[in-house]
Amino acid sequence: VRREAQSLVLLLVGGTLIKIAMAGTYARYVKVGLRPYLLAAGAVLALVAVASLAQALRAHLRPAAAGNAGDDRGAGQGHEAHHDHDHDDGHGHGQRGLDVAWLLLVPVLALLLVAPPPLGPSAAARSGTALTAPASSDFTPLPDGDPVRVSLVDYATRAVYDKGRSLADRRVAVSGFVLAGEGGQWYLARMVVACCAADARPVKVALAGDLPADLQPGGWFEVTGRYLGRTAKDEVNAEAVPCLRVEAVRPIATPAQPYES
Amino acid sequence: MTLTDRQRPGEVAAAPRRRPRRIGSIEVLAVLLILAVVARTWLPRAVRSPRLLEWMTVFVSIVVQAMPFVVLGTVLSATITAFVPPSFFARALPRRPVLAVPVAGVAGVVLPGCECGSVPIAGALVRRGVTPAAALAFLLSAPAINPVVLASTAVAFPGEPGMVVGRLVASLATAVAMGWLWLRWGRDEWLRPPARPDLEGLSRWGAFLTACRHDATQAGGFLVVGAATAAILNVLVPPRWLDTVAGHPVGSVLALAVLAVVLTLCSEADAFVAASLTQFSLTARLAFLVVGPMVDLKLFAMQAGAFGRRFAVRFAPATVAVGVAMSVAVGALLW
Repeated sequence: VRREAQSLVLLLVGGTLIKIAMAGTYARYVKVGLRPYLLAAGAVLALVAVASLAQALRAHLRPAAAGNAGDDRGAGQGHEAHHDHDHDDGHGHGQRGLDVAWLLLVPVLALLLVAPPPLGPSAAARSGTALTAPASSDFTPLPDGDPVRVSLVDYATRAVYDKGRSLADRRVAVSGFVLAGEGGQWYLARMVVACCAADARPVKVALAGDLPADLQPGGWFEVTGRYLGRTAKDEVNAEAVPCLRVEAVRPIATPAQPYES
Repeated sequence: MTLTDRQRPGEVAAAPRRRPRRIGSIEVLAVLLILAVVARTWLPRAVRSPRLLEWMTVFVSIVVQAMPFVVLGTVLSATITAFVPPSFFARALPRRPVLAVPVAGVAGVVLPGCECGSVPIAGALVRRGVTPAAALAFLLSAPAINPVVLASTAVAFPGEPGMVVGRLVASLATAVAMGWLWLRWGRDEWLRPPARPDLEGLSRWGAFLTACRHDATQAGGFLVVGAATAAILNVLVPPRWLDTVAGHPVGSVLALAVLAVVLTLCSEADAFVAASLTQFSLTARLAFLVVGPMVDLKLFAMQAGAFGRRFAVRFAPATVAVGVAMSVAVGALLW
């Protein structure tokens, strides 16, 4: 029976991976580029599970066949040996005989039932801004558009490492969530993810100028404004935080791809 | 899930199996899923605490992110188990274990991806008769020195090419040193891989499927334990704590080695985090990059699952110590 249950658990894991990759919720947890790998991994797990179930079903339907009898005994033997080992060694986190395969249901249920939200304001407020120096100091000109839509990381990188030269006096539109800092200072922030949300770090831009009075920390906004030749100091790690002179603020929905890379 | 008489591996089940009239895993699974459907309505409303949700996000992120690598590692290890004869490794590796260790360490270059895939593969290698010391060198080096990880390190440290070289050299040196240490002091009785389903008498595909199913559920289950623990610390470790030790030459190296174990980052991503720890010396950050792919909470749980806890409690601390020593040595030469 154990292998049928293991197969069903794997089928659930595979199905969940495919589901979050198709529905787009995966972007809350891992970088966007991982999607094809999630689909492939989900498909492989589902195939292994289905083939395993088919094998078990065949063995069940033809119990007398010699080859299948060996198969059955083999599975049972491994099963008992595993319990024995768990007991002696005590590494099996819990009661004797508990199969760790069951633990795979925890993330599956968390994903299917709760679907935890992307990391945002509370994580960003605890960490210092994590802007990294670009590989080369040559900045390509901004694309066309007025205002020109750029990522928050792009704006911050140009502002800090290009001293705003490639930004000049262009009107830019950036989106992110707002954070309340010390002394009434507001920041627009975005989490940057290299691989998965465990390595998420915020990039912050200090907002200068008139802001709506009813700004709520954590809300998502698109902010239009111009480069301001001034940097603030991050309150956590004292790194340079670029400023943006705000011209317009528009509330937006949490984007489907909440992280930048 | 069922409680049957304890038996030694290798003993054929003599007692008739009590098949009928017991609560089997399928029944438990069915009940769990029914409970889940019931929980669906109130659970999302019950989980409100931002910290708890943050923990959950980081936890599922580590699991989701690792699954493709776990599946890759599982498929490769099942392929080794079902299709590659032990004689292949006997021919591919030098006969003398002392030489097989560095060869296996360098062979880690060929496995692209992060560390979760290498644990089942190393387990399969041991079962296929590869000397444990060589399999362990492969286990440690594969996640740290493959092209994908080195490329992401180069991207994360644009002004510091020494970091890529340092990571390659220090990681390889640690992996080979650990292999040799195992040859000298390791004992085979510490290695107690849990018995797996007996593959005798199965067709090759049957053996492949059984090995896949077993490895995926075991590696996945221990991954869940590690990811849950790491997510707690990931959410709770206050960044300010780091600033207090950053200036201290010895303390900073040890602090980042411990942080690497605790944070449990994927080896493709850790370079970006290391790059953002600007208050630390390059040597300290090198230690972070060398230790992280070899020992972290997730790997510890997976190694305990694949090789037994008695192995993991000795191997992991020794690896941290050797990794720190190698990073300091390489850092002293480079910077």
